[in-house]
Parts: sequence; C-alpha cells; structure tokens
Amino acid sequence: MNYNWYWKVLLEPEPGGTGTYLHYLVVGLGWTLATALAAWVIALAVGAAVGTLRTAPMKWAVRLGNFYVEIFRNIPLIVQMFLWFFVFPEFLPKAAGDAIKQMPPPWGSYVPAVLCLGIFTSVRVAEQVKAGIMSLPRGQGMAGTAMGLTPAQTYRYVILPQAFRIILPPLTSEFMNVIKNSSVALTIGLLELTGRARAMQEFSFRVFEAFATATVIYLLTNLIVVLLMRALEKKVRVPGLIATGGAPQAGH
Amino acid sequence: MDSGFDFDVIQRSFPYLFREGMTFTVTLTLMAMTGGIVFGTLLAMMRLSSLRPLSIAAGAYVNLMRSVPLVLVIFWFFFLVPYIGAWAIGAREPIRVGAFWSSVITFTMFEAAYYCEIMRAGIQSIARGQVWAGYALGLDYWQTMGRIVLPQAFRNMLPVLLTQTIILFQDTSLVYVISATDFLGAAAKIANRDYRLVEMYTFVAVVYFVVSYGLSTLVKRLQERIAVIR
Repeated sequence: MNYNWYWKVLLEPEPGGTGTYLHYLVVGLGWTLATALAAWVIALAVGAAVGTLRTAPMKWAVRLGNFYVEIFRNIPLIVQMFLWFFVFPEFLPKAAGDAIKQMPPPWGSYVPAVLCLGIFTSVRVAEQVKAGIMSLPRGQGMAGTAMGLTPAQTYRYVILPQAFRIILPPLTSEFMNVIKNSSVALTIGLLELTGRARAMQEFSFRVFEAFATATVIYLLTNLIVVLLMRALEKKVRVPGLIATGGAPQAGH
Repeated sequence: MDSGFDFDVIQRSFPYLFREGMTFTVTLTLMAMTGGIVFGTLLAMMRLSSLRPLSIAAGAYVNLMRSVPLVLVIFWFFFLVPYIGAWAIGAREPIRVGAFWSSVITFTMFEAAYYCEIMRAGIQSIARGQVWAGYALGLDYWQTMGRIVLPQAFRNMLPVLLTQTIILFQDTSLVYVISATDFLGAAAKIANRDYRLVEMYTFVAVVYFVVSYGLSTLVKRLQERIAVIR
C-alpha cells in the first residue's frame, strides 16, 4: 500500500485557530467524556427506577416498565438521536421548542445527545438491574419484610445495594458502550472525538493519521476505564459469591 | 409544524423508501450476518486454539473492534477499503468502492468480533467428552469441529445469534454517516428535500420498531421452544 504517513500533521495548527490538531482531538475526547458521563447519570437513575419497577408485585408496573424497555430498545440509536434533535422540540409548546432550537452551539447538540444517550442506555441498565434483583434469593426480600421494613425500605436497604454490587461487571461494559455510542452524536453536529477526527481529515486530507489517532485515544480511554472499574469491582465484591460473569449477550 | 402532520409525503415516497432504502438495509444486514457469522466462527476457533499466535491475533482483533465506536470503524473502512483493494489486485491508485460494498465489508468485519464472542461461548458450552469422542472415532480437527462441536454450539447459541442480528439490522442505519441510501438515508434525503423531518423520522422510527419488535418476539418464541426440547 502506497500511503505516505505524515504524523507531524498532529502538531500543525487546525484552521479554527484553537491550537494543534492533537489538541483539537483531545478537546474532542473531553466532549466525548462530558456527553458520556452526563448520559450515564441519567441512565443509572432511570435504569435503576425502571429495573426496580419491572420486579414490582404490581402487574401494571411491570407492564409499564416492559413497554418503556421495548420502545427504546427497538429503535436504532441514530434514529432516536434524530427524534430528540429534530422531532421532540416540535411537540413541545412553541416557546419551549424555540428555546431548545435556539440554544447556541455546542449546547444545541449536546443537550439532545445527552438526553438521547441517557434514555437509550437506561434501558440496558434497567435490564441489568432487573437481572441483578432476580438473581438474589427470594429470602432476602422476605427477611426484609420480617424485620418490619416497608417494601420501599426493603428495596432501598436490602435488595438494591446487593443487586448493584452483583451487576457491576456488566455495568462496566455498559459504561464503555456509552463512551462509544456518544460518537453517534456527530450526526446531530456535536464535535466529539470521532466528529473531530472526521473534521481533521476534511481539513488536512490526512485521513489515516486522523482516524488512527482517534482510535488510539479510544483504546487508552477504554484501558483506563477498565483498570478503574476493576479496582472498584474488587472493592465492592460481595464476599462469599463466585465472581459473576453473566450469560453471553448480544451487544454493540 | 406549520400545517400539521403530513401523511401524504410518506405515501408519495413509499416506493423510494422501500424499494431503494429498505432493500439496501435488508441486503446489507443479510450479507453482513452471513459473512460475520462465518468469519466470527473462524475467529472463535482461533481464539480457542492451542496455538498461541493464533489465539493472540484473534483476541487482539476482537478486542480492538469492540473498543472503538462503530461510527469510527465505518469511517476507517470507507477510506481503507480502496487502498486494500488496490493492494490486493496490484493497482497503483486506490480503487473505487461504492458505499454498499464498503458497508458490507465494514459490517462483516465489525460484527464478526461480536459473533465470535457468542460462538466462543457456544463452543465452550459443549462437553469436552464430545471432542474426545470425535478424535477417538478417528476424525480430524476440522471434522470434529464441523460435524460435532459447531452444529451443537450453533444450535445452543441460535437465539443470541439472532438477537445480535437484530442489533446489526438496527446498526446498519449508521451508514448514514457515509451518505449511503439505506432506509434511514432514503428517508433523510426526502425529509430534507421536502422539509418534512418530523413526519419522515417518526415514520422511520415506527418502521424500525415494528420490524425489530416483531423479530425479537419471534426469537423469544424460538428460545422457549429450544428450551423445552433440551
């Protein structure tokens, strides 16, 4: 293959005048992480609520939770991105819709991207939370009731703390998925890492240098996340349980 | 919205949306599924191989693919395939590859990493005695794999493989980033031409939902049937 590598391009200034291309990409990583972390907060909160709902004794609650999961699991992420960005503001009252549409960049893309990724990921968190709760012996809930706890207290103090410790490994891979999935936000104009690599390729014509650098940055980010989470997993592992691997799952 | 929901634009663009767009999406999904499962199974066999270089190479490939966003992989292959093609046929200039073939190669290579992990779990779920029995009967590695291990592994993993294929079906919509005319791409083109974004994107979401939900219900039923037989 006759491709002439030119790595020095990374140290050349990007046309926007903010610094070198390398700096431009690293700022992109900042946006990737800012999007992923904010979305992760939403995903954990909503996912825990929906996951819990799906194990509740009320039939309507289970049905509601299942409905929520099926909706957001069966529509592609990029289509959901477009729904939040193009369609959602149209269904709000006119003033609110206009306020969203007139948000200055990058917030006009950032906010819909965070909402979209947060809700999309919450479904997957909900699945894990449900699985975690179901994996506990039923006696745990009964013991809570026997101690005089209300159902809410049983979930809060007995069931959820154990469930979350059990599902930490699958949650780690979900967190890495949020980081990767945030790249879809480039389709609604958010200049995160992948979006900036593409922009750099368009400005400089150094295609493979741009994408290779972005790839390396993603790999390093993954490595750091894995190491941090492994330390956390060790710390919160439930004593006496065999490490949970989980069943093989489809993913992307 | 100035004039309410315009159903007419959907009806008018029906032939284009389905004959061009959906055909692209479905063909891409089927080809990438076939290629991905074949390549993924080979990768799984490599990962489980006792030859260290093979298992290391396959492991590195799978982990690399699973660590980077699909969008970035789509960009990589979109620019890389013309160079690889030129190198393969000995041309001096990068060859021209359309969005369709570029997508087929991308998704085959990318999904293979995910199918590999599923097939690996499937192969590992087979009792070791099955392999020994194969060797004891005088079969070689390929015969044991092809006639004893893989058929069982494949059957055990069928629901997960199909679920992965539904995800693949949804993920093919990301070819939007290389301006391919898949189902979403076709809808986006009409949405922007007629300024009917709300109608078109809502319609796209509904169609994807109906297809994916229908397929996943079928997979669930299949899973129950298989579970009963075992």
